[in-house]
Amino acid sequence: MKRSMSDHLTGNPVARGHRLSWLLLGWLMLTVGCRREPSSSTVSTVEPIRIGEFSSLTGPLAGLGQYTHMGVVLAAEQINAAGGVLGRPIEVIAEDTGSKAGTAAPLVRKLISRDHVVAIVGEGASGRCLEGAYVAQGAGVPVVSPAATDPQVTSVGDCIFRVCYTDPFQGTVVAKFVRQNLGLRRVGLLVDTGSSYSVGLVDFFRKRFLADGGEIAGEQRYTSGDKDFRGQLTALKATRPEAIFAPCYFGEAALILRQARELGIEVPLLGGDGWEAPELVEIAGPAAEGAMFPVHFSVSSTAESSRRFVDQFTARFHKAPTGVSALGYDALQLLADAMHRAGSTASPAIRQALSTTRGWTGVTGEISLDEERNARKPATIVRVEKGQLTFVCTVTP
Amino acid sequence: MTELLQQVINGLSLGAIYALIALGYTMVYGVLRFINFAHSDVFMLGAFTAFYSSRAMGRWGFASGGFLGGLLVLVISMAACAAVGILIERLAYRPLRKRSTLTVLITAIGVSLLLQNGGQMVFGVNPKAFPNIFPSQTFKLGGLVINSNQLVVLGVALALLTALHWIVQRTRIGTAMRAVSFNATAASLVGIDTNRIISFTFGLGSALAGAGGVLYGMNYPSIEPLMGNSPGLKAFIAAVLGGIGSLPGAALGGMVLGFVETGVSGTRWSTYRDAVAFAILIGILLFRPAGLLGRNRIEKV
Repeated sequence: MKRSMSDHLTGNPVARGHRLSWLLLGWLMLTVGCRREPSSSTVSTVEPIRIGEFSSLTGPLAGLGQYTHMGVVLAAEQINAAGGVLGRPIEVIAEDTGSKAGTAAPLVRKLISRDHVVAIVGEGASGRCLEGAYVAQGAGVPVVSPAATDPQVTSVGDCIFRVCYTDPFQGTVVAKFVRQNLGLRRVGLLVDTGSSYSVGLVDFFRKRFLADGGEIAGEQRYTSGDKDFRGQLTALKATRPEAIFAPCYFGEAALILRQARELGIEVPLLGGDGWEAPELVEIAGPAAEGAMFPVHFSVSSTAESSRRFVDQFTARFHKAPTGVSALGYDALQLLADAMHRAGSTASPAIRQALSTTRGWTGVTGEISLDEERNARKPATIVRVEKGQLTFVCTVTP
Repeated sequence: MTELLQQVINGLSLGAIYALIALGYTMVYGVLRFINFAHSDVFMLGAFTAFYSSRAMGRWGFASGGFLGGLLVLVISMAACAAVGILIERLAYRPLRKRSTLTVLITAIGVSLLLQNGGQMVFGVNPKAFPNIFPSQTFKLGGLVINSNQLVVLGVALALLTALHWIVQRTRIGTAMRAVSFNATAASLVGIDTNRIISFTFGLGSALAGAGGVLYGMNYPSIEPLMGNSPGLKAFIAAVLGGIGSLPGAALGGMVLGFVETGVSGTRWSTYRDAVAFAILIGILLFRPAGLLGRNRIEKV
């Protein structure tokens, strides 16, 4: 390369090219810069209550982030239409982590120091939520995560809450379901070692499954963002498992399902709550049939509040919500409720009110926050049948 | 044994795609001596062009699931990508032709970011399901399972490699490409229009990337605007591994990388897959700094 560099160094710059390259650079900076999406129109002249949100709005986990964000937006619009909280409207300031590690902490710092948010709706992906949680905890700003299921997230400190169940709970529930409800003994594991979510679920699954007399046929690993699982699946197939547990997010899950079926693997495939997204069925097609996983919220739920949420969401966004939409909705509604109960919008008062949440009814069910600031509720297992998520059963560990 | 053969089939179909992308890197390097980082995003555009054109064809009443329909989608994607490649060269790289390679290199990274972020705005950020553009069927030979998509990938890749070899070695424009690669100044002295040849090279490389994108989409039917990153990096490694600037080297490098990746994935060291690929790259560069076939100067394009 050296030689050609000196070749080019002798030339004269062309003025037109110069201008063009600046233009290109400017355009580039515009597109790369953060995109902020103010979510609700505030007509009132009263100073709005600012609530931060950080989600994966772009990048590989954008599906998760976008669906969560839509739930948050819907909640904010409904709260504001009903007169806001303590007479003030809510303004949600959303930041995009781009699904990348290392982006959440600066964004949360920005939300707190520049936007002066009083509370934050956290990221749904555990890894990024954890990064942001340390900053928020340090500043004493309460965070409610919609869907971060990693147990570590809330152990960061007394400011961090969540409205979903945790990985130990999920892993245990799926293990119990496979062993007792399906009556299977040999299971193959497919782990994404780049995701604390996947590793966590598999760990807790293994613990419970072995304790219940099950057996691990084989374990294969990959890293987030991989698209080719044929190597791992071919090796797993050779160990003759009766089922395969592959917790990950839906992007990988859809390809795993397709490639598994293409390789002639006919045993049931199971995942975690990350499998839930319309794209799973869309991308995997017929290969998704029979896949089973736990969800936080079943769209086919018959509960009155859940039904109303599905209708309102569909009317607003012209598509059906997913579990994380319902969790995002609940996260903001719970924050609003905490402000009502506290009679204040000061961060410490909100934190105090959140910690005493008992039997609060959200669209994902009744939520009580325990002393570890985790929501306690049973898991619903669903199965893909004719492209629809069908209720199988409810499992408690 | 069955498992081994199955892994060989898996490796072949992955390697063929890497080879197609690697050719684009190596051709541009051959004529301009710089790495076109936007190449992997042209690859992404190829997949999206196929996605939208097969949809449009469905609306116009063409059966896009048939063999001819599939070929048509492939050709449309390749043509669109060739146009994009030529346009990128014309707008972003040609004005900087006389500047240092570093300037062009950074511009290439800029174009890459532009396409990725522009793609996220235009196509949306959620992954999309890539349609079955060729009739899909699964064949079973004893314990072996072969998907017809894998066969199409191999067939198309082989056909394109042959066509490329023919263009570069047997046609006038191919001869001109080799001349520009050998010495651009001397080539222009004998009457070769260097700019036209460089445009052609970009078009050719981008068409191959477009085809790679379509085949990748068929094999891993979930496409999103950032999908070019990982295969793009791998193909770049493949190009260096085979000897950057060498066409057979890029094809060989792609195949080697495909085999190594699927091979390692099937063992318990699967998470070290990329580490193994890089270790091989380092090893080869230590002992053969020009890459596997890098010294083969006659083949330089």
